[in-house]
Amino acid sequence: MQLLEHQGKRLLAEAGVAIPDGSVAAGPDQAEAIAARLTGRVVVKSQVPAGKRGKAGGVLFADSPAQAGQAARALLGSEVSGYTVSEVLVERAAPIASELYAAFLNDPASKGPLLLFSSAGGGDIEEVSAESPEKIHRVAVDIRTGLPPGRAEAMLTDAGIAEPARREVAAVLDRLYGLYRQIDADLVEVNPLAVTTDGRVVALDSKISIDAGAQARQPALREIVGDRVAADDTPLERSGRDLGMQFIELDGEVGVLANGAGLTMTTLDAINHYGGRPANFLEIGGDAYTKATPALRLVLANPKVRSLLVNFCGAFARTDVMTEGVVQAWEELKPDVPVFFSIHGTGEEEAIALVRERLGMEPYDLMDDAVRAAVEAAGTGTGTANVAASGVAR
Amino acid sequence: MMISSTDTVVVQGITGRQGSFWTRRMAEYGTRIVAGTSPGRGGQTVDGIPVYDSVAEAAREHPADVSVLFVPPLAARDAALDAIRAGVRKIVFLTEHVPAQDVMEVLAEARDGGVQVLGPNTAGIVVPGQATVGIMPAFAGNVFRPGRVGVVSRSGSLGTLVALNIVGAGLGQSAFLGIGGDPILGTTTLDAVRTLDAHPGTDSVVLVGEIGGAMEEEAAAYISGMRKPVVAFIAGRSAPPGRRMGHAGAIVSGGRGDGESKVRALTEAGATVVDLPSQIAAALSPSGR
Repeated sequence: MQLLEHQGKRLLAEAGVAIPDGSVAAGPDQAEAIAARLTGRVVVKSQVPAGKRGKAGGVLFADSPAQAGQAARALLGSEVSGYTVSEVLVERAAPIASELYAAFLNDPASKGPLLLFSSAGGGDIEEVSAESPEKIHRVAVDIRTGLPPGRAEAMLTDAGIAEPARREVAAVLDRLYGLYRQIDADLVEVNPLAVTTDGRVVALDSKISIDAGAQARQPALREIVGDRVAADDTPLERSGRDLGMQFIELDGEVGVLANGAGLTMTTLDAINHYGGRPANFLEIGGDAYTKATPALRLVLANPKVRSLLVNFCGAFARTDVMTEGVVQAWEELKPDVPVFFSIHGTGEEEAIALVRERLGMEPYDLMDDAVRAAVEAAGTGTGTANVAASGVAR
Repeated sequence: MMISSTDTVVVQGITGRQGSFWTRRMAEYGTRIVAGTSPGRGGQTVDGIPVYDSVAEAAREHPADVSVLFVPPLAARDAALDAIRAGVRKIVFLTEHVPAQDVMEVLAEARDGGVQVLGPNTAGIVVPGQATVGIMPAFAGNVFRPGRVGVVSRSGSLGTLVALNIVGAGLGQSAFLGIGGDPILGTTTLDAVRTLDAHPGTDSVVLVGEIGGAMEEEAAAYISGMRKPVVAFIAGRSAPPGRRMGHAGAIVSGGRGDGESKVRALTEAGATVVDLPSQIAAALSPSGR
């Protein structure tokens, strides 16, 4: 769950990190009024949950309130990095002396929090990392004890940051770590962290992402973020989210219902391998395995679907429970597309018996055969294939 | 991590629906389950297995080598720390959706205490004919049977499909190690491959990876020096970039973690990389196993 810049900056300010003076505007007049209050040069920034907004044309400077209004007019409603801009942040432009980079993130290699710092901030940190890796400083943190006193200052000395900025930057790093822990972030990134010509250390941008697994114990954050919908989410994808499932709509014709992320990805790979195109990613693994009925409704609500592939490999997810859900949905919806089953693992005998008795079909012994048949049916299918006959494999 | 039929096991969260269901499956298979825990339910029994409030209490009468976690995400950290302090040597961390900062705390404590952790978000470990700890269908004769192929898989469902293909081709497994679908794991792909390389009962290794992260690339560097043959399959190669495919770790972003980089690294390391799980058994057979 990625926060917008202004949402993240609010958290930074609460944690004691300086941010530029500014406000959010939803219309050009509002942007103009904010610029008038701020006086002087301002920056108008699109509020979309994507990086590199500057390069994408989503950040404009303005020297007068009228210009700020024009900038807001240009940005609002436009598309930046795939998102429609509905808000802009209008801030007083900072007099920058130097630009730093600072981040805390979850590091799979050290299995703990990692501080990333560079005196070459302001630009694309991936590029800095690729071209001059020596400019990136890393400090692995023991999550049980936190950032030890003096550790940040020592690293900053190595990075060539001199007093008086060093002490202030070190204090900011401590506050960023405190925030990272407090809000269960998987990333708190400030780029640039600016040292101004008058010696202040100010967060000019903010990229904060919250661990999805921790949302239940961070109710206040959910309030801040609200129910934001990505611009490229389709109505079906939103329905999936409402059901607590991740549904991704793809371009193809073979509808997919499988359990577990690994098996579902593999099912999509196999459909591609045999010359077909999957219509969706939807997995009902984990605790969602009891939700096969609503899941199938979702897959079949996609008008592009011309054949359906049901691929279950039960470990934790019991194939008999999932198949019962599919059979129920099938009897209720009586869809006009052919369906192909491959069922293995926990509960497979009961599951196969269900398909035989209630649908009069025979699941395939081999997943590849089921995939091939579903691909073939989608390619030639008119949407009127005989459901009962099409599932017979042997 | 490796287990055997002599390992004693404590089931944390034994009174829950899944905990009790899988406890019975594991015990039927021959896994030595000596105790279970469920806060507030100490003194009860599940299928004759004594239940305690904590692993620390269970350990007084039933010390266990292994703990397996069937506890909810926000209770997982305390449960795992309880097991570590009670002296278990191995933790099979099944729980999914555990906050990453909780996981990091558990892994730090485990590392200091010399405790091995499989997971989180793992389907567990199976040594066919000996023991199973987790939620894999070890009892299904068409999925698992004793043999000499070691399997490493992030995913339980896909691991089941791969295991099924191995048995379908007349082979069997020496061990199945489910390492989990989270980005931060106690046992990485490299750790698991190393374990199987050193395992005398394993002649060849099947590596089942997926898009996202850099664990397969990291393992490739080690595989290039291995004598045992390695066959690999990477799931999600056809996935669109920028979309998380179910597992928290399975995402291709900014050109990192894509399937082709993993396939390239593993191929250069001498592994046979197949396009579909159904091709794994054939790729194993040239080695005569």
